[in-house]
Amino acid sequence: MRKKFHKWFWVWDVEKEEQWLNMMAQSGWVLDKVGLATYDFISCDPGEYTIRLEMREHDEAYLDLMREMGAEYIGRVVQWTYYRKRAALGEFDIFSDIDSKIHHLTKIGNGLAVIALGNLLIALINSINPVVNISWVNLLCVALLMYALGRIHSQKERLERERIVRE
Amino acid sequence: MNENLTLTEATYYILLSLYTSNHGYGIMQQTEQLSQGRIHLAPGTLYGALTSLCEKGWIVPLPFEEGSRKKEYKLTKKGLVVLRNELDRLKQLVANGEQILKEELYEKEIS
Repeated sequence: MRKKFHKWFWVWDVEKEEQWLNMMAQSGWVLDKVGLATYDFISCDPGEYTIRLEMREHDEAYLDLMREMGAEYIGRVVQWTYYRKRAALGEFDIFSDIDSKIHHLTKIGNGLAVIALGNLLIALINSINPVVNISWVNLLCVALLMYALGRIHSQKERLERERIVRE
Repeated sequence: MNENLTLTEATYYILLSLYTSNHGYGIMQQTEQLSQGRIHLAPGTLYGALTSLCEKGWIVPLPFEEGSRKKEYKLTKKGLVVLRNELDRLKQLVANGEQILKEELYEKEIS
């Protein structure tokens, strides 16, 4: 049995997204395909799977490593990559120390910053063209991206504070 | 680049596991075995560490063996020096801890 959901998560709510996917798996629906704001589930035994996601460019060697440890690649949306692993095969985490979690957030932040700069550039170019001035759309995007950056940054700061006392 | 920085536990065990050549999953297993299950290396952490250790020249990827898809790595001479320095640092850490705690025990005994 399959079912499809349309749901939107903001980039700063990755933890919530992962929690939701794991809740679905707990209730007998495991993620099978993923698209933009689209989640395709297939029925499974409740709690059979753990779901994890991360931002990573496609890398076959990395996917091999995932497979060797029993994890399955589900799919990706842009650079967001989804995996599942049978709970019986042991715990499943993507990052096991604070440094690599911080590094992951930095990567997300850099990606957002690049898109924000791109939008700013488009807004500037558009503002020179007085006929079709839709700069405000891009400026709105920039504002949203700045907000996302702020959220990611505070998550990073929280981890950095934690790193001071334990590594 | 200061080569005498404290290594993370993950880095320390990855370097140890690469004293003889090893591949990603092998490093995970050896680390868990050596630390008696205490340290679990997650794939993202391991992969990121391998990339930055290669950049530092502490480890090198070995050429692919025929018919194998697994990328193997090995510790370099530079990596071995780092590992030895870290071992000295850890020894000092243990010695200092024992020294202070022994004194504390002794004080309790005489009071």
